[in-house]
Amino acid sequence: MATTPPPTYRLLGGRIPYIEGPLKVTGRAEYTDDIRRPGMLVGRLLRSPWPHARLRSIDVSAARALPGVHAVLTGDRYPTPFGVLPITHDETAIAVGKARYIGDIIAAVAATDERTAERALSLIRVDAEPLPEYSDPRTGTSKVPEPIHSRGLLGSNIQKEVVQHFGNVDAAFARAAYTVRVRGNFAGVTHAFTEPMATIAEATPDGRLTVWSATQVPHYLHRALSEVLGIPMHRIRVIKPEVGGGFGGKSDPLPHEIVCAALSLETGRPVKILFDREDVFYTNHGRHPTQNDVRIAADASGQILGYDIDALIDGGAWSSFGTVTTYYNGVLAMGPYRVPNFRYRGRRVYTTKPPSGAMRAHGGTNIRYSVEVALDTVAEAAHIDPFDLRSRNALPPNSKTVNEFRITSTSFLKCLAAAREKSGWDAKFRKLPYGRGVGLGCGFYISGSNSPIHFTPKFPQSTVHLKVDMDGGVAVHSMQADIGQGSNTLLAAIVAEVLGVDLDRVHVQRVDSDVSPIDIGSYSSRVTFMMGNAARAAAEQLRAELVRAAAALLDRSPEALEVVHERIQERGHPEVGVTFLAALHRAMETGGALTASGSFDTSPVGGTFKGARAGTAPAYSFAAYVAEVEVDDETGEYRVPKIWAAFDCGRALNRLAVEGQIEGSIHMGLGQVMGESMNYRGARLFNPSLLEYKIPMPQQMPDVEILLVGDDDPEGPFGAKEAGEGPLIATLPAVGNALYDAVGVRFTDLPITPDKVLRGVDQRRKEGRTWKGG
Amino acid sequence: MSSPEPLRFRLNGHPVEVACESSRILLDLVREDLGLTGTKRGCDLGTCGCCTFLLDGRPTLSCLTLARLVAGRDVTTIEGITPPDGLSPVQRAFVERGATQCGFCTPGFVVTATALLRDSPHPGREEIERAISGNLCRCTGYRKIVEAIQAAAEEAR
Repeated sequence: MATTPPPTYRLLGGRIPYIEGPLKVTGRAEYTDDIRRPGMLVGRLLRSPWPHARLRSIDVSAARALPGVHAVLTGDRYPTPFGVLPITHDETAIAVGKARYIGDIIAAVAATDERTAERALSLIRVDAEPLPEYSDPRTGTSKVPEPIHSRGLLGSNIQKEVVQHFGNVDAAFARAAYTVRVRGNFAGVTHAFTEPMATIAEATPDGRLTVWSATQVPHYLHRALSEVLGIPMHRIRVIKPEVGGGFGGKSDPLPHEIVCAALSLETGRPVKILFDREDVFYTNHGRHPTQNDVRIAADASGQILGYDIDALIDGGAWSSFGTVTTYYNGVLAMGPYRVPNFRYRGRRVYTTKPPSGAMRAHGGTNIRYSVEVALDTVAEAAHIDPFDLRSRNALPPNSKTVNEFRITSTSFLKCLAAAREKSGWDAKFRKLPYGRGVGLGCGFYISGSNSPIHFTPKFPQSTVHLKVDMDGGVAVHSMQADIGQGSNTLLAAIVAEVLGVDLDRVHVQRVDSDVSPIDIGSYSSRVTFMMGNAARAAAEQLRAELVRAAAALLDRSPEALEVVHERIQERGHPEVGVTFLAALHRAMETGGALTASGSFDTSPVGGTFKGARAGTAPAYSFAAYVAEVEVDDETGEYRVPKIWAAFDCGRALNRLAVEGQIEGSIHMGLGQVMGESMNYRGARLFNPSLLEYKIPMPQQMPDVEILLVGDDDPEGPFGAKEAGEGPLIATLPAVGNALYDAVGVRFTDLPITPDKVLRGVDQRRKEGRTWKGG
Repeated sequence: MSSPEPLRFRLNGHPVEVACESSRILLDLVREDLGLTGTKRGCDLGTCGCCTFLLDGRPTLSCLTLARLVAGRDVTTIEGITPPDGLSPVQRAFVERGATQCGFCTPGFVVTATALLRDSPHPGREEIERAISGNLCRCTGYRKIVEAIQAAAEEAR
């Protein structure tokens, strides 16, 4: 069968430096805290010192009377509940009736300066009755004396329970040659972006409200502000300045954003709320502490027969994205493999701790670790190489999973082949001396959630507007949110590619809800796929207009023309042509500036059973990583000198950005596997600072060899799929399995700290098992 | 309460004189009073390095520096490192190599790297990693930052 070689592009597929790079390296990029408004007040929050308490009364009279204080707010002023998912509105801007974790907001102050605001907070008197603390999700799974929320399942603290069964798991296990069980225990981890949250709100006498905020999802913030404050959306203007990292932590509409707006409405003055690092840690929304129980059945040849999974997920005080988390911990456990029988029970339980939420590779990370460790165990039991076991079970392209995910492109087998070859696997696996080892971990992630969170009114997932006037500059508007991943650059590059123009003609405008058409923002690894398709559609409309104008100028038919760099010319006769500007000016003669609107919406995929939409995506990314580790037998410390990262993101449209996403994901994944942990005593967070919550240092970063092997995706823009979250997942099990190869111990609990390594090795020796002579 | 003496120091090569309370932190003075917002506030605890500036040429954390301590001394912020007509070699390398993603930590890294290359024009990887170990970056995994600093050193060679 003859195949056409994939097309090549002028810009896309190359290494495109970020367009805002020059502003960022000079400190000229504008983040929320860099914005000053005339007469701006300082907003400060009083946070609960109690993990769980009934708020009997709050006396703010002394605070209000303090000179320089312009407003003091408590929860009763704007009590309308909100939350990122329309089905779980369980948050309020300020606590109403109860405080639900240490750090919950119970009052807010706006004052002329920081010192006055702090003093005002100290003058607020709260009469509170302590209620039972629930720090362990296990204690909340049945009826409790004082549920954290009234919406808990049957008087318990269960926020969401998911039960799914496809095929026949009991029959699969009954005929299995191998069954493996891994019980994992995962500490919570947090995003640790460098820019603390910040919001400025300015209510103006024309009845409008402008909010600048460090957010990943301006549209959801826009909605939440409108709902809670009771102001129609068209009178609220949300602006997203540069955002100093998000990783999921800035994707919920957050209470302080609403409080800030409320303080401005109360005072008629601009108000800024800037978080300190402790505020950031208490606001959290990081990866859920999780206990999972994974059983895998396989036949004698290593073919997977079934999964049986239970996950207990510690939600903290709010729902946040938790309903999605609960589904994802099950449904994202299957791909990249064919799993014919699947049973899952997931429970997310409220606790009186800082809320967990979405963090990079949301819902697909902890469960993947346990599954990959289990598969490594199956391979060992069946005397099959871990690579062969994975290849044997790979989901084929254009297939369907047992829960009816539609799989289109997958280059998973190519990922496996590349990682195996480049890492020198066959010469290393079980062959390196004691203390050194290699491990394989694989990954699978959604390239955008197929279902938007909001269904009414119905609108496309992404819209991009273009405007080009006589100066030849192309203004691009879209509410997609660049939070450092390079989506503005990709947006500009796609427009420039289609129009054939230089990149510097394209000006991506700051997100501003007054003028940006809706794109639902940076989460679920959706931006490249969805915004990219919308941008392409918009640019193709403009190109068609320009080609028609060129055709008129050249007296040719539009079909005879082609767009090349800054020029439109006759195909086969490059001397017959006009410049981009000449075509543009002709096209504008009658109607002025050219405008175009392109959009993208997902087409329906997936099943019709309850929860069928969770985890459906227009495409999926695939990964196979090999990590090499070196363990110090005396201290239990280990290092990861190298990771071979084979990744299928379809076509990498900006290789510089894709590499950056993979290297950054590996850093974050390595942090979770090697040491990051939100440490609690009871419900009290003990390490709310970057001194005590340590992310990996430069010296701990391995060499990373990136292997981009993806074939073009049939529906992704120019063949692309996601590369923002999937690259994290495989890091963790690759290291875990490499540690097994190094010292012969299965580590099921994260993080794997040196003390656990030492204990594990001691235990193995006590059991009389030697490993590679050690 | 008598107002304290004005604070005098050199900021990015120019003499300045500002009113400054004894408890004022340099980061606040620079960002809030002097309007130089290139120096970023990431933690207020000396853990992240986003607020790095040069004190008499040495990388220093402005969030841990009392403003009065810089009296009579040389303070250089990211604004003072940036040439008036474009980018410094370090800045150019950061852009070209993708060493900046969200960009919030970037001014601190650029300040640190500029001082490193001034003192040690051809640092090895280990020396670079040691020099930047007081700066946190959550986006890049540091690899492209190290590469950019190496590239800037190469360019100067």
